[in-house]
Amino acid sequence: MSLPATPRSAVSSPLPRARSASSPTRSSRLVRSLRRNYFYYLLALPGLLYFLVFEYGPIVLGVMIAFKDISPFDGFEGVISEPYVGFANFQRFFDSYYFWNVLSNTLIISALKLAFGFPAPIILALMINEVRNTLFKRTVQTISYMPHFLSMVIVAGLVMSVLTTEGGLVNQVVVYAGGEPHAYLTDPAFFRWILVGTTVWQTVGWGTILYLAAMANIDPQLYEAAVIDGANRWQQMRTITLPSISFVIILLLIFQIGNLLNAGFEQILLLYSPSVYSVSDIIDTYVYRSGLLEMEYSFATAVGLFKAVLAMVLILIANAVARRFGHTGIW
Amino acid sequence: MRLSRGERIFQVVNYVLLILITLVFIVPLITVVATSFVSQEEYARRGALILFPESPDIEAYKLLLARGSIVLHAYGITFLRVGVGTFLNLLLTTTLAFVLSRRELPGRVPLTFFVFFTMLFSGGLIPMFVLYDRLGLLNSFWAMITNNLVNPWYLLIMRTFFMQFPRELEEAAAIDGAGPARVLWQIVLPLSKPSIATIGLFYAVWHWNAWFDAAIFIRDWDKMPMQVILRGILTQGMIQDPNSPIEADILPPAPTLRAAMIVISTVPILLVYPFLQKYFVRGALVGSLKG
Repeated sequence: MSLPATPRSAVSSPLPRARSASSPTRSSRLVRSLRRNYFYYLLALPGLLYFLVFEYGPIVLGVMIAFKDISPFDGFEGVISEPYVGFANFQRFFDSYYFWNVLSNTLIISALKLAFGFPAPIILALMINEVRNTLFKRTVQTISYMPHFLSMVIVAGLVMSVLTTEGGLVNQVVVYAGGEPHAYLTDPAFFRWILVGTTVWQTVGWGTILYLAAMANIDPQLYEAAVIDGANRWQQMRTITLPSISFVIILLLIFQIGNLLNAGFEQILLLYSPSVYSVSDIIDTYVYRSGLLEMEYSFATAVGLFKAVLAMVLILIANAVARRFGHTGIW
Repeated sequence: MRLSRGERIFQVVNYVLLILITLVFIVPLITVVATSFVSQEEYARRGALILFPESPDIEAYKLLLARGSIVLHAYGITFLRVGVGTFLNLLLTTTLAFVLSRRELPGRVPLTFFVFFTMLFSGGLIPMFVLYDRLGLLNSFWAMITNNLVNPWYLLIMRTFFMQFPRELEEAAAIDGAGPARVLWQIVLPLSKPSIATIGLFYAVWHWNAWFDAAIFIRDWDKMPMQVILRGILTQGMIQDPNSPIEADILPPAPTLRAAMIVISTVPILLVYPFLQKYFVRGALVGSLKG
């Protein structure tokens, strides 16, 4: 289909032409382009304003607060007028007992969740993929996706009710088996595993979607050829299915690197208690407590900023690695 | 084709394991539903963990959903939040995504970077709190609306979707004299309905489940959404509402109340679940594979 040359009167063309044949000065080009495209800029304005105020606003404020000494009583004016104190807030964090505690808790919990939460959906997807009965397959998928839609408050509520010593499912079973009821949720020896288990429970079903989609794209002829060669189901899974989805696996794993500092703020906040702080206090929960509960605005902001910078570095690394593997990256 | 013995064992083991895994997902939910119907009398006799209550008792539901109860009120707030929030989410996301999808718009690249930088870096909790305080959003319904008003990730998905449109379609409309507003309204939007619906559902479920923003920004009971009330009931037992004194003679047992509250806040999600599943699965695939 050939298009006639766009008439010069197409001022309001939905496909703005950035360059016109004649090239006058820069500023007059800018004015012309603004005039021609004003509708687009106007349309984008509400969204851009949101990002300016509610995303960049806290970034600017955060940098100010972290390098000053602000308490809630200083008000907003204090954020502007108080003197800068350099890296004092950061120094205090690095020197404190909490630094290694919250950093190691963050990384350990994150690593545990990765170690168990990452392979789980791959295994479940492989299992579901081997099911030939469509109804059974769909039932398993429907039920396993369900926890994805439950709020963290509800999931935490379920965990509490399953683990409570007052007739919780787990303790009922323990008692039935002749054991003693135990308060698992407040026991530091169990707490991290409860977090890991909860995460796997909530995410494993949903995590199978991408893998199952990748498996559905595998050429059936590969399996037919393998059967002729005498490969059994297990061998087919190992030599065809798994290699065919390895690209998706590697890619998702790389993107998890960028997420390493997010150990699950809401989940931990909803489940932890002072008796398990030693094993569960992560950077985010520490920022929340020191900032909003103990009102140490500047200190908490500095801790948050430390995390934000580290997280950005991780995301950039993840993206660079993903590019290496031939993917376009996140953007 | 006959299955070999090994294959049959493989199949049986696989099915049995999958059934067990499926049980792990639903048994906690079933016990909650069952517990929500246990009466005080039965609780005293048999404990809270009962799969089949002898005489199902709806006292907990009657109490929680009594006329003028705080739970019912919070339900209303949540519905309002989902409605108003999702509408504004979609409005701003769609318009910005449409603009950023125009390949030849001057300034598109820096504007896109302006948006996506926020996926990389954020100011954190305290500066956000200070900002909301300054803007008068503390203890305001609108704090729940402005939080995550435009999700950059969804914006990216939508922009990519708009960019895949055949250009001939829009060019033809432009030749027929349609301005950009008409192109958006009469061509792009109607063709994007399924994508917009998917992103809208993502936003709606997020609003329905959101707890933390309301927990830190909202102070008055009568402005709190359901998740906050749910959390209160789960951790502190019954919420004492000064406006509606409890009239029941015998309070249902605490585990029953908690379970009933979980059921009440989950049922709407379950009602639209088949619908959610269909659109969410598609959204998850679009968002992750075409990024």
